[in-house]
Amino acid sequence: MSFVAIIDYGLCNMDSVARAVKKCGGSPVITKEVNDIDAATHVILPGVGAFPDAMRNIRAAGLDIALKRRVLEEHVPFLGICLGMQLMAAMGEEGEKAEGLGFIEGEVTLLRPQKDERIPHIGWNQAEHVREHPFLKDVPSGSDFYFVHSYRFNPVHQEDVLATTPYGGGFPSIIGRGTIVGTQFHPEKSQKHGFQLISNFLSFR
Amino acid sequence: MLKIRVIPTLLWKGQGLMKGEGFNSWRLVGSAQQAVKVFCMREVDELVLLDIAATSESRLPDVEIVDELADDCFVPFSVGGGIRTLEDVTRLLRAGADKVVVNTAAVERSAIVREIAASFGSQCAVVSIDAKRNPNGGYEVFTHCGTKATGLTPVEHAKRVEALGAGEILLTSVERDGTMTGYDVELTRQVADAVKILVIAAGGCGTYAHMAEVLTDGRASAVAASAMFQFTQQTPKEAKQYLHDHGFPVRI
Repeated sequence: MSFVAIIDYGLCNMDSVARAVKKCGGSPVITKEVNDIDAATHVILPGVGAFPDAMRNIRAAGLDIALKRRVLEEHVPFLGICLGMQLMAAMGEEGEKAEGLGFIEGEVTLLRPQKDERIPHIGWNQAEHVREHPFLKDVPSGSDFYFVHSYRFNPVHQEDVLATTPYGGGFPSIIGRGTIVGTQFHPEKSQKHGFQLISNFLSFR
Repeated sequence: MLKIRVIPTLLWKGQGLMKGEGFNSWRLVGSAQQAVKVFCMREVDELVLLDIAATSESRLPDVEIVDELADDCFVPFSVGGGIRTLEDVTRLLRAGADKVVVNTAAVERSAIVREIAASFGSQCAVVSIDAKRNPNGGYEVFTHCGTKATGLTPVEHAKRVEALGAGEILLTSVERDGTMTGYDVELTRQVADAVKILVIAAGGCGTYAHMAEVLTDGRASAVAASAMFQFTQQTPKEAKQYLHDHGFPVRI
Protein backbone atom coordinates (compact mmCIF):
# COMPACT_ATOMS: atom_id res chain seq x y z
CA MET A 1 0.00 0.00 0.00
CA SER A 2 1.13 3.54 -0.68
CA PHE A 3 2.17 5.44 2.42
CA VAL A 4 1.44 9.04 1.51
CA ALA A 5 2.95 11.98 3.40
CA ILE A 6 0.74 15.05 3.02
CA ILE A 7 2.89 17.99 4.00
CA ASP A 8 1.37 20.26 6.63
CA TYR A 9 2.89 23.71 6.60
CA GLY A 10 0.15 25.26 8.64
CA LEU A 11 -1.77 27.19 6.04
CA CYS A 12 -4.64 25.18 4.73
CA ASN A 13 -7.17 22.41 4.99
CA MET A 14 -5.43 19.14 4.27
CA ASP A 15 -8.21 16.85 5.43
CA SER A 16 -9.89 16.81 2.04
CA VAL A 17 -6.62 15.70 0.41
CA ALA A 18 -6.21 12.96 3.02
CA ARG A 19 -9.79 11.77 2.50
CA ALA A 20 -9.31 11.68 -1.27
CA VAL A 21 -6.07 9.69 -0.92
CA LYS A 22 -7.86 7.21 1.34
CA LYS A 23 -10.69 6.87 -1.15
CA CYS A 24 -8.13 6.13 -3.86
CA GLY A 25 -6.62 3.32 -1.80
CA GLY A 26 -3.62 5.07 -0.25
CA SER A 27 -2.71 5.41 3.40
CA PRO A 28 -2.29 9.13 4.16
CA VAL A 29 -0.61 10.90 7.04
CA ILE A 30 -0.77 14.66 7.47
CA THR A 31 2.62 15.61 8.77
CA LYS A 32 5.35 18.16 9.31
CA GLU A 33 7.87 15.54 10.48
CA VAL A 34 10.97 14.73 8.46
CA ASN A 35 10.67 11.10 9.69
CA ASP A 36 7.33 10.70 7.92
CA ILE A 37 8.71 12.22 4.72
CA ASP A 38 11.57 9.73 4.94
CA ALA A 39 9.20 6.80 5.41
CA ALA A 40 6.71 7.83 2.71
CA THR A 41 6.34 6.07 -0.63
CA HIS A 42 4.61 9.18 -2.04
CA VAL A 43 4.62 12.85 -1.07
CA ILE A 44 1.82 15.36 -1.64
CA LEU A 45 2.29 19.09 -1.13
CA PRO A 46 -1.18 20.63 -1.01
CA GLY A 47 -1.95 24.24 -0.67
CA VAL A 48 -3.97 27.29 -0.77
CA GLY A 49 -2.33 30.41 0.48
CA ALA A 50 0.40 32.83 -0.31
CA PHE A 51 3.71 31.70 -1.82
CA PRO A 52 6.14 33.65 0.43
CA ASP A 53 4.35 32.63 3.68
CA ALA A 54 4.26 29.01 2.56
CA MET A 55 7.98 28.88 1.70
CA ARG A 56 8.84 30.58 4.98
CA ASN A 57 6.89 27.96 6.94
CA ILE A 58 8.37 25.08 4.93
CA ARG A 59 11.90 26.36 5.50
CA ALA A 60 11.35 27.11 9.17
CA ALA A 61 10.34 23.46 9.70
CA GLY A 62 13.36 22.24 7.72
CA LEU A 63 11.03 20.51 5.27
CA ASP A 64 12.58 21.97 2.13
CA ILE A 65 15.83 20.04 2.65
CA ALA A 66 13.99 16.77 3.34
CA LEU A 67 11.72 17.25 0.32
CA LYS A 68 14.60 18.05 -2.03
CA ARG A 69 16.53 15.00 -0.87
CA ARG A 70 13.58 12.61 -1.13
CA VAL A 71 12.25 13.91 -4.43
CA LEU A 72 15.35 14.94 -6.37
CA GLU A 73 17.86 12.37 -5.08
CA GLU A 74 15.71 9.41 -4.05
CA HIS A 75 13.01 9.90 -6.70
CA VAL A 76 9.98 9.50 -4.44
CA PRO A 77 6.83 10.35 -6.46
CA PHE A 78 5.70 13.90 -5.69
CA LEU A 79 2.39 15.65 -6.33
CA GLY A 80 2.03 19.41 -5.84
CA ILE A 81 -1.53 20.73 -5.69
CA CYS A 82 -2.45 24.37 -6.46
CA LEU A 83 -0.01 26.44 -4.40
CA GLY A 84 1.87 23.17 -3.86
CA MET A 85 2.47 22.99 -7.60
CA GLN A 86 3.60 26.61 -7.69
CA LEU A 87 6.02 25.91 -4.84
CA MET A 88 7.78 23.44 -7.15
CA ALA A 89 8.96 26.43 -9.16
CA ALA A 90 12.35 27.99 -8.82
CA MET A 91 10.90 31.42 -8.18
CA GLY A 92 7.56 32.72 -7.07
CA GLU A 93 5.96 36.04 -6.62
CA GLU A 94 2.85 36.63 -4.54
CA GLY A 95 3.24 40.09 -3.09
CA GLU A 96 7.01 39.60 -2.93
CA LYS A 97 9.69 37.61 -4.73
CA ALA A 98 10.52 34.33 -3.04
CA GLU A 99 12.57 31.28 -3.87
CA GLY A 100 10.63 28.01 -4.34
CA LEU A 101 11.65 24.36 -4.08
CA GLY A 102 13.11 24.37 -7.59
CA PHE A 103 11.90 20.90 -8.64
CA ILE A 104 10.91 22.15 -12.08
CA GLU A 105 12.50 25.26 -13.54
CA GLY A 106 10.05 28.05 -13.94
CA GLU A 107 8.51 31.05 -12.32
CA VAL A 108 5.16 31.95 -10.87
CA THR A 109 3.44 35.08 -12.09
CA LEU A 110 0.05 36.75 -11.76
CA LEU A 111 -2.66 35.60 -14.19
CA ARG A 112 -3.52 38.32 -16.68
CA PRO A 113 -7.26 38.47 -17.34
CA GLN A 114 -8.33 38.68 -20.98
CA LYS A 115 -11.53 40.34 -22.12
CA ASP A 116 -14.47 39.57 -19.80
CA GLU A 117 -12.36 37.39 -17.54
CA ARG A 118 -12.17 37.89 -13.79
CA ILE A 119 -9.31 37.17 -11.37
CA PRO A 120 -9.00 35.09 -9.16
CA HIS A 121 -9.85 32.26 -11.54
CA ILE A 122 -12.44 30.38 -9.46
CA GLY A 123 -14.58 27.48 -10.62
CA TRP A 124 -14.60 24.59 -13.05
CA ASN A 125 -12.52 24.74 -16.21
CA GLN A 126 -11.09 22.20 -18.60
CA ALA A 127 -7.56 20.79 -18.78
CA GLU A 128 -6.52 20.07 -22.36
CA HIS A 129 -3.73 17.54 -22.69
CA VAL A 130 -0.68 18.62 -24.67
CA ARG A 131 1.35 15.42 -24.25
CA GLU A 132 0.98 11.88 -22.96
CA HIS A 133 2.00 10.93 -19.46
CA PRO A 134 1.05 8.06 -17.09
CA PHE A 135 -0.45 10.67 -14.74
CA LEU A 136 -3.16 11.36 -17.35
CA LYS A 137 -4.19 7.73 -17.83
CA ASP A 138 -7.98 7.30 -18.17
CA VAL A 139 -8.60 11.05 -17.82
CA PRO A 140 -10.08 12.41 -21.05
CA SER A 141 -8.51 15.57 -22.45
CA GLY A 142 -10.89 18.47 -21.81
CA SER A 143 -12.17 17.13 -18.47
CA ASP A 144 -13.28 19.83 -16.03
CA PHE A 145 -11.45 20.44 -12.76
CA TYR A 146 -11.97 22.84 -9.87
CA PHE A 147 -9.62 25.85 -9.82
CA VAL A 148 -9.08 28.61 -7.26
CA HIS A 149 -6.01 30.72 -7.93
CA SER A 150 -4.66 34.07 -9.07
CA TYR A 151 -1.17 32.98 -10.10
CA ARG A 152 0.19 30.73 -12.81
CA PHE A 153 3.27 28.55 -13.12
CA ASN A 154 5.36 29.13 -16.24
CA PRO A 155 7.85 26.25 -16.71
CA VAL A 156 11.04 27.10 -18.59
CA HIS A 157 10.88 23.81 -20.55
CA GLN A 158 7.67 23.30 -22.53
CA GLU A 159 8.06 19.51 -22.24
CA ASP A 160 7.21 19.83 -18.54
CA VAL A 161 3.69 21.01 -19.47
CA LEU A 162 1.19 18.11 -19.62
CA ALA A 163 -2.05 20.10 -19.96
CA THR A 164 -3.18 23.67 -20.36
CA THR A 165 -6.35 25.55 -19.48
CA PRO A 166 -7.89 28.33 -21.57
CA TYR A 167 -7.98 31.29 -19.19
CA GLY A 168 -5.74 34.32 -18.92
CA GLY A 169 -4.55 33.56 -22.44
CA GLY A 170 -3.94 29.90 -21.51
CA PHE A 171 -1.82 28.59 -18.66
CA PRO A 172 -0.20 25.25 -17.69
CA SER A 173 -2.69 23.39 -15.47
CA ILE A 174 -0.90 20.04 -15.20
CA ILE A 175 2.86 19.79 -15.17
CA GLY A 176 5.06 16.74 -14.87
CA ARG A 177 8.55 15.39 -15.23
CA GLY A 178 8.89 11.69 -14.53
CA THR A 179 7.21 11.03 -11.18
CA ILE A 180 7.19 14.70 -10.19
CA VAL A 181 3.74 16.06 -11.08
CA GLY A 182 1.63 19.07 -10.23
CA THR A 183 -1.91 20.32 -10.78
CA GLN A 184 -2.97 23.95 -10.63
CA PHE A 185 -6.50 22.76 -9.81
CA HIS A 186 -7.69 20.74 -6.81
CA PRO A 187 -8.00 17.06 -7.79
CA GLU A 188 -9.34 16.30 -4.30
CA LYS A 189 -12.31 18.58 -5.04
CA SER A 190 -12.75 17.57 -8.68
CA GLN A 191 -14.69 14.35 -8.15
CA LYS A 192 -14.28 11.51 -10.69
CA HIS A 193 -11.46 12.85 -12.86
CA GLY A 194 -9.62 14.30 -9.87
CA PHE A 195 -9.71 10.95 -8.10
CA GLN A 196 -8.46 9.24 -11.25
CA LEU A 197 -5.42 11.55 -11.25
CA ILE A 198 -4.74 10.78 -7.59
CA SER A 199 -5.05 7.03 -8.28
CA ASN A 200 -2.64 7.39 -11.20
CA PHE A 201 -0.21 9.22 -8.95
CA LEU A 202 -0.45 6.50 -6.29
CA SER A 203 0.44 3.90 -8.94
CA PHE A 204 3.82 5.63 -9.52
CA ARG A 205 6.75 3.68 -8.13
CA MET B 1 -13.70 28.07 -20.71
CA LEU B 2 -14.65 28.86 -17.13
CA LYS B 3 -17.98 27.22 -16.37
CA ILE B 4 -20.98 28.84 -14.76
CA ARG B 5 -21.36 27.39 -11.26
CA VAL B 6 -24.74 26.44 -9.83
CA ILE B 7 -24.33 26.57 -6.05
CA PRO B 8 -26.82 25.25 -3.50
CA THR B 9 -26.69 27.46 -0.40
CA LEU B 10 -27.51 25.87 2.93
CA LEU B 11 -28.83 28.29 5.55
CA TRP B 12 -28.04 26.75 8.86
CA LYS B 13 -29.05 27.41 12.44
CA GLY B 14 -28.19 25.12 15.29
CA GLN B 15 -28.31 21.71 13.69
CA GLY B 16 -30.98 22.30 11.10
CA LEU B 17 -31.41 23.97 7.75
CA MET B 18 -33.65 27.02 7.64
CA LYS B 19 -35.77 28.83 5.13
CA GLY B 20 -36.84 32.42 5.57
CA GLU B 21 -38.52 35.05 3.50
CA GLY B 22 -36.88 38.45 3.26
CA PHE B 23 -34.49 37.27 6.00
CA ASN B 24 -37.49 36.76 8.31
CA SER B 25 -39.93 34.12 9.50
CA TRP B 26 -37.30 31.44 9.60
CA ARG B 27 -38.44 27.86 9.79
CA LEU B 28 -36.68 24.55 10.04
CA VAL B 29 -36.64 22.60 6.81
CA GLY B 30 -34.21 19.74 7.18
CA SER B 31 -30.90 18.35 8.27
CA ALA B 32 -27.60 19.80 7.14
CA GLN B 33 -25.89 16.41 7.21
CA GLN B 34 -28.39 14.89 4.86
CA ALA B 35 -28.37 17.85 2.47
CA VAL B 36 -24.57 17.87 2.24
CA LYS B 37 -24.55 14.14 1.57
CA VAL B 38 -27.16 14.34 -1.17
CA PHE B 39 -25.63 17.37 -2.92
CA CYS B 40 -22.18 15.77 -2.87
CA MET B 41 -23.52 12.51 -4.23
CA ARG B 42 -25.03 14.51 -7.07
CA GLU B 43 -21.64 16.12 -7.71
CA VAL B 44 -22.74 19.73 -7.41
CA ASP B 45 -20.24 22.41 -8.48
CA GLU B 46 -19.83 23.82 -5.01
CA LEU B 47 -21.66 24.08 -1.68
CA VAL B 48 -22.08 27.11 0.59
CA LEU B 49 -23.04 26.72 4.24
CA LEU B 50 -24.05 29.86 6.13
CA ASP B 51 -24.80 29.88 9.85
CA ILE B 52 -27.42 32.62 9.97
CA ALA B 53 -27.48 32.96 13.76
CA ALA B 54 -23.73 32.97 14.41
CA THR B 55 -23.09 36.73 14.20
CA SER B 56 -25.95 37.77 16.45
CA GLU B 57 -24.95 35.08 18.94
CA SER B 58 -21.29 36.21 18.72
CA ARG B 59 -19.95 32.77 17.88
CA LEU B 60 -18.59 30.73 15.02
CA PRO B 61 -20.45 27.92 13.28
CA ASP B 62 -20.03 24.71 15.29
CA VAL B 63 -16.55 23.64 14.17
CA GLU B 64 -17.10 19.99 15.06
CA ILE B 65 -20.21 19.78 12.93
CA VAL B 66 -18.45 21.58 10.07
CA ASP B 67 -15.75 18.94 10.37
CA GLU B 68 -18.34 16.15 10.17
CA LEU B 69 -20.07 17.78 7.21
CA ALA B 70 -16.75 18.22 5.41
CA ASP B 71 -16.09 14.49 5.84
CA ASP B 72 -18.98 13.79 3.48
CA CYS B 73 -18.08 16.58 1.12
CA PHE B 74 -15.89 15.95 -1.90
CA VAL B 75 -16.97 19.17 -3.57
CA PRO B 76 -15.68 22.70 -2.90
CA PHE B 77 -17.13 23.78 0.41
CA SER B 78 -17.46 27.38 1.66
CA VAL B 79 -18.51 28.16 5.23
CA GLY B 80 -19.64 31.43 6.78
CA GLY B 81 -21.21 32.89 9.88
CA GLY B 82 -19.77 34.92 12.75
CA ILE B 83 -16.21 35.06 11.42
CA ARG B 84 -14.29 37.97 12.97
CA THR B 85 -10.62 37.03 13.28
CA LEU B 86 -7.92 35.21 11.39
CA GLU B 87 -8.03 32.58 14.12
CA ASP B 88 -11.70 31.93 13.31
CA VAL B 89 -10.75 31.47 9.67
CA THR B 90 -7.96 29.05 10.53
CA ARG B 91 -10.31 26.94 12.67
CA LEU B 92 -12.88 26.64 9.88
CA LEU B 93 -10.27 25.83 7.23
CA ARG B 94 -8.79 23.22 9.53
CA ALA B 95 -12.25 21.74 10.00
CA GLY B 96 -12.50 21.21 6.25
CA ALA B 97 -13.83 24.42 4.71
CA ASP B 98 -12.14 25.34 1.44
CA LYS B 99 -13.18 28.97 1.58
CA VAL B 100 -14.69 31.21 4.22
CA VAL B 101 -17.53 33.67 3.81
CA VAL B 102 -17.43 36.94 5.74
CA ASN B 103 -20.27 39.43 5.87
CA THR B 104 -20.66 41.57 9.00
CA ALA B 105 -16.93 41.60 9.77
CA ALA B 106 -16.15 42.84 6.25
CA VAL B 107 -18.12 45.99 7.15
CA GLU B 108 -17.21 46.42 10.81
CA ARG B 109 -13.56 45.37 10.63
CA SER B 110 -12.77 45.29 6.96
CA ALA B 111 -9.07 44.56 7.62
CA ILE B 112 -10.16 40.94 8.11
CA VAL B 113 -10.51 40.66 4.32
CA ARG B 114 -6.93 41.80 3.79
CA GLU B 115 -5.72 39.46 6.54
CA ILE B 116 -7.43 36.44 4.99
CA ALA B 117 -6.07 37.30 1.54
CA ALA B 118 -2.54 37.78 2.88
CA SER B 119 -2.46 34.53 4.84
CA PHE B 120 -4.57 32.19 2.75
CA GLY B 121 -4.82 33.93 -0.62
CA SER B 122 -7.64 35.94 -2.15
CA GLN B 123 -9.35 32.83 -3.49
CA CYS B 124 -10.12 31.84 0.09
CA ALA B 125 -11.96 35.08 0.95
CA VAL B 126 -15.58 35.21 -0.13
CA VAL B 127 -17.31 38.41 0.94
CA SER B 128 -21.05 38.10 1.35
CA ILE B 129 -23.01 41.31 0.79
CA ASP B 130 -26.69 41.52 1.77
CA ALA B 131 -28.48 44.46 0.18
CA LYS B 132 -31.94 45.98 0.35
CA ARG B 133 -33.52 48.48 -1.99
CA ASN B 134 -34.21 51.80 -0.26
CA PRO B 135 -37.18 54.12 -0.90
CA ASN B 136 -35.28 56.45 -3.24
CA GLY B 137 -34.45 53.60 -5.61
CA GLY B 138 -30.88 52.93 -4.51
CA TYR B 139 -29.51 50.02 -2.53
CA GLU B 140 -28.07 49.75 0.96
CA VAL B 141 -25.86 47.09 2.55
CA PHE B 142 -27.19 45.38 5.69
CA THR B 143 -25.23 43.29 8.19
CA HIS B 144 -26.18 41.00 11.08
CA CYS B 145 -28.28 38.76 8.87
CA GLY B 146 -30.10 41.64 7.23
CA THR B 147 -31.03 43.49 10.45
CA LYS B 148 -28.52 46.33 10.64
CA ALA B 149 -28.28 49.16 8.12
CA THR B 150 -24.77 50.35 7.26
CA GLY B 151 -25.27 53.45 5.11
CA LEU B 152 -23.05 51.83 2.47
CA THR B 153 -24.09 51.16 -1.10
CA PRO B 154 -23.36 47.66 -2.40
CA VAL B 155 -21.19 49.13 -5.17
CA GLU B 156 -18.91 51.10 -2.85
CA HIS B 157 -18.68 48.22 -0.39
CA ALA B 158 -17.92 45.73 -3.17
CA LYS B 159 -15.15 47.96 -4.57
CA ARG B 160 -13.68 48.36 -1.12
CA VAL B 161 -13.54 44.64 -0.34
CA GLU B 162 -12.17 43.96 -3.81
CA ALA B 163 -9.32 46.38 -3.11
CA LEU B 164 -8.72 44.63 0.22
CA GLY B 165 -8.28 41.31 -1.56
CA ALA B 166 -11.66 39.57 -1.64
CA GLY B 167 -11.73 36.74 -4.18
CA GLU B 168 -15.47 36.58 -4.81
CA ILE B 169 -18.65 38.35 -3.81
CA LEU B 170 -21.77 36.46 -2.78
CA LEU B 171 -24.44 39.08 -3.39
CA THR B 172 -27.86 38.52 -1.84
CA SER B 173 -31.01 40.56 -2.23
CA VAL B 174 -32.62 40.59 1.21
CA GLU B 175 -36.14 41.26 -0.11
CA ARG B 176 -35.98 38.54 -2.73
CA ASP B 177 -34.45 35.89 -0.49
CA GLY B 178 -36.78 32.93 -0.01
CA THR B 179 -39.48 34.38 -2.26
CA MET B 180 -38.51 32.37 -5.37
CA THR B 181 -39.64 35.34 -7.50
CA GLY B 182 -36.30 35.88 -9.25
CA TYR B 183 -32.95 37.50 -8.47
CA ASP B 184 -32.59 41.26 -8.17
CA VAL B 185 -31.01 41.63 -11.61
CA GLU B 186 -30.35 45.35 -11.34
CA LEU B 187 -28.53 44.98 -8.03
CA THR B 188 -26.42 42.17 -9.43
CA ARG B 189 -25.55 44.12 -12.54
CA GLN B 190 -24.54 47.23 -10.61
CA VAL B 191 -22.09 45.25 -8.52
CA ALA B 192 -20.82 42.94 -11.29
CA ASP B 193 -20.08 45.96 -13.47
CA ALA B 194 -18.25 47.74 -10.64
CA VAL B 195 -15.74 45.00 -9.76
CA LYS B 196 -13.36 42.69 -11.59
CA ILE B 197 -13.81 39.75 -9.21
CA LEU B 198 -16.49 37.08 -9.58
CA VAL B 199 -20.01 37.85 -8.40
CA ILE B 200 -22.28 35.02 -7.27
CA ALA B 201 -25.94 36.06 -7.49
CA ALA B 202 -28.16 34.96 -4.60
CA GLY B 203 -31.61 35.59 -3.21
CA GLY B 204 -34.86 34.92 -5.03
CA CYS B 205 -34.16 32.11 -7.44
CA GLY B 206 -37.27 30.07 -8.17
CA THR B 207 -36.79 28.79 -11.71
CA TYR B 208 -33.97 27.91 -14.07
CA ALA B 209 -35.00 30.88 -16.20
CA HIS B 210 -34.22 33.18 -13.26
CA MET B 211 -30.65 31.87 -13.36
CA ALA B 212 -30.30 32.54 -17.08
CA GLU B 213 -31.67 36.05 -16.57
CA VAL B 214 -29.22 37.05 -13.83
CA LEU B 215 -26.30 35.54 -15.74
CA THR B 216 -27.14 37.46 -18.89
CA ASP B 217 -28.69 40.72 -17.72
CA GLY B 218 -27.11 40.78 -14.27
CA ARG B 219 -23.66 39.69 -15.50
CA ALA B 220 -23.21 37.30 -12.61
CA SER B 221 -20.50 34.63 -12.90
CA ALA B 222 -22.27 32.04 -10.76
CA VAL B 223 -25.72 31.47 -9.31
CA ALA B 224 -26.69 30.38 -5.82
CA ALA B 225 -30.07 29.05 -4.80
CA SER B 226 -31.43 27.77 -1.54
CA ALA B 227 -35.22 27.56 -1.23
CA MET B 228 -35.63 26.38 -4.81
CA PHE B 229 -33.54 23.27 -4.20
CA GLN B 230 -35.21 22.61 -0.83
CA PHE B 231 -38.83 23.16 -1.79
CA THR B 232 -39.27 22.29 -5.42
CA GLN B 233 -38.40 19.28 -7.53
CA GLN B 234 -35.80 21.36 -9.36
CA THR B 235 -32.20 20.17 -9.03
CA PRO B 236 -28.73 21.63 -9.67
CA LYS B 237 -28.21 19.02 -12.37
CA GLU B 238 -31.36 20.01 -14.27
CA ALA B 239 -30.47 23.67 -13.81
CA LYS B 240 -27.17 23.07 -15.56
CA GLN B 241 -28.86 21.11 -18.34
CA TYR B 242 -31.24 24.06 -18.84
CA LEU B 243 -28.34 26.52 -18.88
CA HIS B 244 -26.41 24.30 -21.28
CA ASP B 245 -29.42 24.13 -23.62
CA HIS B 246 -29.54 27.93 -23.53
CA GLY B 247 -25.92 28.35 -24.53
CA PHE B 248 -24.20 28.84 -21.18
CA PRO B 249 -20.93 27.02 -20.43
CA VAL B 250 -21.58 24.56 -17.60
CA ARG B 251 -20.07 21.35 -16.34
CA ILE B 252 -22.47 18.50 -17.03
